[in-house]
Amino acid sequence: MTTPTVARNAGLPTQDELVRIVEQVLEEARRMGATSAEAAVNVGTGLSVQVRRGEVETLEHERDRALGVGVYFGHRQGTASSSDFSADSVRETVAAACSIARYTSEDPAHGLADPDHLARDIPDLDLDHPWALTVDEAIERALTCEAAALDTDARISNSEGAGVSTSRSLRVYGTSHGFLGSTVGTQHGMNCVVIAGEGADMQRDYWYTVAREAGALETPEAVGRRAAERAVRRLGSRQAHTGRMPVLYVPEAARGLIGHFLGAVRGSNLYRHASFLLDHLGEQVFPAHVTMTEYPHLPRALGSAPFDNEGVATAERVLVDGGVLRGYVLDSYSARKLGLTTTGNAGGVHNLTVAPGVLDFDGLLRDMGRGLVVTELMGQGANPVTGDYSRGAAGFLVENGQLADPVAEITVAGNLRDMFRNLRAVGTDMDTRGSVRTGSLLLDDVVVAGQ
Amino acid sequence: MDQTLSIATERLLTPAGLNEASLEDVFTRLMGPSIDAADLYFQASRHETWVLEDGLIKQGSHSIDQGVGVRAVSGEKTGFAYSDEIMLPALMEATGAARAIARSGGSGRIQAWQRGSGLNLYRSDNPLDAMADADKVDLLRRVDAEARRQDRRVEQVMVSLSGLQDIVLVADNEGRLSADVRPLVRLNVSVLAEQNGRRENGSAGGGGRHGYTFFFDEERALGYAREAVRLALVNLEAVAAPAGTMQVVLGPGWPGILLHEAVGHGLEGDFNRKGTSAFSGRMGERVASEYCTVVDDGTVPGRRGSLNVDDEGVATECTVLIENGRLAGYMQDRMNARLMGMQPTGNGRRESFAHLPMPRMTNTYMLAGPHDPAEIIRSVDQGIYAVNFGGGQVDITSGRFVFSASEAYLIENGRVTRPVKGATLIGNGPEVLKQVSMVGHDLELDSGIGVCGKEGQSVPVGVGQPTLKVDALTVGGTEA
Repeated sequence: MTTPTVARNAGLPTQDELVRIVEQVLEEARRMGATSAEAAVNVGTGLSVQVRRGEVETLEHERDRALGVGVYFGHRQGTASSSDFSADSVRETVAAACSIARYTSEDPAHGLADPDHLARDIPDLDLDHPWALTVDEAIERALTCEAAALDTDARISNSEGAGVSTSRSLRVYGTSHGFLGSTVGTQHGMNCVVIAGEGADMQRDYWYTVAREAGALETPEAVGRRAAERAVRRLGSRQAHTGRMPVLYVPEAARGLIGHFLGAVRGSNLYRHASFLLDHLGEQVFPAHVTMTEYPHLPRALGSAPFDNEGVATAERVLVDGGVLRGYVLDSYSARKLGLTTTGNAGGVHNLTVAPGVLDFDGLLRDMGRGLVVTELMGQGANPVTGDYSRGAAGFLVENGQLADPVAEITVAGNLRDMFRNLRAVGTDMDTRGSVRTGSLLLDDVVVAGQ
Repeated sequence: MDQTLSIATERLLTPAGLNEASLEDVFTRLMGPSIDAADLYFQASRHETWVLEDGLIKQGSHSIDQGVGVRAVSGEKTGFAYSDEIMLPALMEATGAARAIARSGGSGRIQAWQRGSGLNLYRSDNPLDAMADADKVDLLRRVDAEARRQDRRVEQVMVSLSGLQDIVLVADNEGRLSADVRPLVRLNVSVLAEQNGRRENGSAGGGGRHGYTFFFDEERALGYAREAVRLALVNLEAVAAPAGTMQVVLGPGWPGILLHEAVGHGLEGDFNRKGTSAFSGRMGERVASEYCTVVDDGTVPGRRGSLNVDDEGVATECTVLIENGRLAGYMQDRMNARLMGMQPTGNGRRESFAHLPMPRMTNTYMLAGPHDPAEIIRSVDQGIYAVNFGGGQVDITSGRFVFSASEAYLIENGRVTRPVKGATLIGNGPEVLKQVSMVGHDLELDSGIGVCGKEGQSVPVGVGQPTLKVDALTVGGTEA
């Protein structure tokens, strides 16, 4: 089919245009009597195509923009946002924020980041790699990816399709106390979802690849094949028997466990006493072999950032050392609430990395001998206050150190505090597709519910 | 309806100098011989949130979003582009991008505009303007005080209030012009209670397509505060939940999330057209016990999931999904209905102008059955009585679904005894309702808190059900 190339992808406003909007906000806030103010402007463009069963399903051109404003009258805060960048809208948005600040409370923790912590030298992290991908090329790649999945195994019976996307975003953040910084970055991806089997035993699975530069993506064929293999191996899933056993989380599932840990050491949960790791700084939370480090300046990494959402400089730091909790995840507000200083995590962690152990995935299976591999988790069953954990799961039984029958419709449960202490090993199979980077995690003594 | 159309026209088209003639020009450019359908979705929304934490009005925020989405459909193909500028040049540019899905050539013209008529389920007043900011903040403080005065063990209280006005106008290639002006309010209370070093949370809330005065009627807001405290205190006493497959009694109202996950998603038209749902090709088959009749009903006045017209301009309906245990209907948007040779059911929904519409639920609930709720409890020797839930999730292909209890009790010898810690329940959609052996006469809808996510798009929904007994469901506790 003929698909005219569309010039929309070209159109990000320039950095100078966004800087002018930020300056306009700050000036307007000052004029309206704000003690201090901050503004963030985000713009993005993107193209995504989805194909299904050899035909184009959707073709989407994305163009997003957002302006966020924060004003302070002493320690009273007001915020407002808009997608309209016109001068009138900028004035109205600032006015809305100022109006709100009349009704919020005096809260000493509110305010801009402390000037001492602001980023001064902004390193180039090599995050911007635009992909000159035409619509036709995107479609071609998606078709190749899906065809590879359908050709992998005769038991692949249906497809939810394959998608290819590329996007580029630009952010400018400025404050009335002199910070002005911008970041620009790209993200490209490809995914495939297919179905194996028919009738009462249909199993769906996926694979995806994502990177800052197109050259770092897995090939369309590799993504398609992997999706198909994952779907086929789930055929014939049944429930496991209820009992306690070692459980190996593959990296995609392990990331969620690390996410629960990060939630428990996040400032907003700590100052509200809504964390099962309250007052655990300096304490043994994991076994001595576990180390977690944040690497915000890794070139081309998905979670890299030279400064956080408040302009605070990011830096490499150890969060867990020898299993001992060495820090929290704080922004300026939560840090002040706790009487601490910000850790540069307004907006989240940056390439939080669980140091790999010595065994690869197969080595971990042999080490486990008998138990369960979890490849998929369902639902939200983790309580951040108590650490009580109970989630739906699917995966494989492990017998004699090898993958055995697929299982589904089971739950894995425990208390996260105990589960963290029972972390026997971290695999070398690190998944770098996100802000949390971890290999497989092998946990002892998890309760599995099934038949 | 005439009023909503004039409000929407005035807000969305007039400022940009757009009128029916310019929309006709857009469709002339958008349509071609291989385009089956096309629509423009104009939207402007205003949203605010107020948060109280630690006794302080910590945060207030206000946002304005507007834009237009342009869609062209050719067979199973969809071209889509959007712009956050509602202006003719941006609209024409988006149109060019969207129609790239189909071969060029030919032309189509709008013959005459027909103004669609929708339902009248809520008022068109803007909730944000109908109450002074000082009164909103005062409401938060009163809710905080009510929670704190319930019990000395209450350590933290967080209250949030949010309001939205969403104005939408849909124009399509057949000349249909529809509009909706949708209010939505929500209040949530979350408390943390502490006893001998043990901390537990409890949260409660509600809302709907109303103004903020909804929260004053019947002291609703204060009721949420008392309910949140009650839940936290119950959880302070909770013991470990059992693990394994057992009888489960689900309370009325919000536990209807079972239906949303177990059968709702699997009966959305898109999955069934593609044959990827565990319910595909099973229309008319028995998928539930004879006590089960499940509907999706977008027409309940003032409900969070209700709509006068859906996001394709189709008036919402009460669609029977399961009738006396047999699969009876799908939820459809226009595209999937056309491709399956069916009628749209008013279930075409989208998160915003920047997202494509697809079949989505509105308010999904099970009708009342013949049993007395007390009799249902008495019939269980050993099992779980689950009355409050957090979220859920489903894999529509295998039919497996989960939902997580946040308030549950043991049933021992026909009596509700000790509270147990939250646990995830897991089952299989096409099988679980066959296990429903008793259905209470106490149908309730939830309090107005549901958010449904599908393919990255969130929309507000409602659920409901009477008390019901499932003979075998896997409970993910820790007492193996």
